Amino acid sequence: MTCLVIAEHDNASLKPATLNTVAAAAQIGGEIHLLVAGNGCAAAADQAAKIAGISKVLLVEAPHYADQSPENIAALVVAHAGPYSHILAPATSAGKAVMPRVAALLDVAQISEIVAVRSPDTFVRPIYAGSVLETVRSSDAVKVVTVRPTAFTAAAAGATASVEVIAAAADLGQSKLISRELPQSARPELAAAKVVVSGGRGLGSSENFKQLLEPLADKLDAAIGASRAAVDAGYAPNDFQVGQTGKVVAPQLYIAVGISGAIQHLAGMQDSTVIVAINKDPDCAIFQVADYGLVGDLFELVPALTAALD
Amino acid sequence: MKILVPVKRVVDYNVKVRVRADGSGVDIANVKMSMNPFDEIAVEEAVRLKEAGVASEVIAVSAGVAGCQDTLRTALALGADRAILIETDVPLQPLAVAKLLRAVCAKEQPQLVLCGKQAIDDDANQTGQMLAALMNWPQATFASKIVIAGGVASVTREIDGGLETIAIALPAVVTADLRLNEPRYATLPNIMKAKKKPLAITNPGELGVDVAPRLTTLSMAEPPKRAAGVRVADVAELVAKLKNSGVIA
Repeated sequence: MTCLVIAEHDNASLKPATLNTVAAAAQIGGEIHLLVAGNGCAAAADQAAKIAGISKVLLVEAPHYADQSPENIAALVVAHAGPYSHILAPATSAGKAVMPRVAALLDVAQISEIVAVRSPDTFVRPIYAGSVLETVRSSDAVKVVTVRPTAFTAAAAGATASVEVIAAAADLGQSKLISRELPQSARPELAAAKVVVSGGRGLGSSENFKQLLEPLADKLDAAIGASRAAVDAGYAPNDFQVGQTGKVVAPQLYIAVGISGAIQHLAGMQDSTVIVAINKDPDCAIFQVADYGLVGDLFELVPALTAALD
Repeated sequence: MKILVPVKRVVDYNVKVRVRADGSGVDIANVKMSMNPFDEIAVEEAVRLKEAGVASEVIAVSAGVAGCQDTLRTALALGADRAILIETDVPLQPLAVAKLLRAVCAKEQPQLVLCGKQAIDDDANQTGQMLAALMNWPQATFASKIVIAGGVASVTREIDGGLETIAIALPAVVTADLRLNEPRYATLPNIMKAKKKPLAITNPGELGVDVAPRLTTLSMAEPPKRAAGVRVADVAELVAKLKNSGVIA
């Protein structure tokens, strides 16, 4: 039994979700190999070789892997899939795009966004926006799995695995990257932050969203999130969205400001250690999951909270 | 250009599903069923492409129980031209649906398959990508903008950390994210008209597809409930509580 983990990286460095995925692979058992496919990504491969539990890093570099197109990555993974009992990737936007392709090409099911490993063929995954946990067993020879990063504690550093260079597959030339808009932020990454300050429709405008939440997030060294309603209303960009169809976060502290708490939003944050809700409506659903609820006008309470954190 | 739009019948997004007492599944008898919201966005986009003169025909397809006819009628009321139901009582998993859609694509030869990025019941987020792989077509998942010109789709995708725009040659699969558009409401005259639009019925056997499930559900359970929290009177009490619990210094 050997697991192949598809590393997520930007060529320069590994994305933290890779470490959580390795942790899930470690629970399955057997050897773990890590595939680093990119262009000019030797630094990411060196980083990968230091993850505890990894016995080998497979490095492949070619210009057509620079942008990680799912067509080319899936073809590459399938070409090297032979020895593996499990193929895993984080359930990120990249992993979700590529892994169903891998599974279909191998003619096996894909198991999405697992939150627990029960045995090498049995996994737990959320369905219905996280309101139900389903335990599924796969009868396929190869298990193709995406892993919810927040459900597994990141693998530590500590190994010195070998790096083996493997052959690239042909460039399918099916997809061409035109542009990427990845706003740079000094804040921690939303999916991995220890503290998240999240805003909803209650903030009323994008100006309020910024003016109220940014100073609070600065004080707490927090990432900023948003409900779907706030994103749809244009108060915050799409990559801020927390919920069933956005990001799933599980920080130590989640502060929900002006968020009513639709089930689709709760799906993305209910595993946070401590949840604080600030809302003027004492009956809204967010208070049912909040450890500490503060009922009142967020336009007074948020600046007061920011000031109190001096 | 033909556009094929797969639509799924799911428990309505407003319904809170309950797990059966024996953990064998969720109780969906007598609950409201609707079209998967992401598929509604896909139908809307296809209809807009037809209205813009980019597409010539929009075909809605659904796989599942006879009740999926209602879902298809909804798609027809939103503007699809005709519908195909692949009727079966076998619970369908994404790989099986992708194979059924491959068989439909072989017959219909669409230039574009536009589907929702995920269904809100199984939250799998697989079928579009699997179909693209089986057809050896390019894919653009999580689309928030689609521009089609000269046999190429330029698609803006919602990705972790921001947006990216890719160009893919048609035929291709595009999966719709939330902000691709805001679907229209079906008007009463269009609902009436939809009843007269063609709806063909086939089944997995006729299409030569094995739909046997690969995954077995062993059990279902509701996640542990969070313990009830407390209301704090003011900011000072909140800060004190947070300091006590150690989440802030």
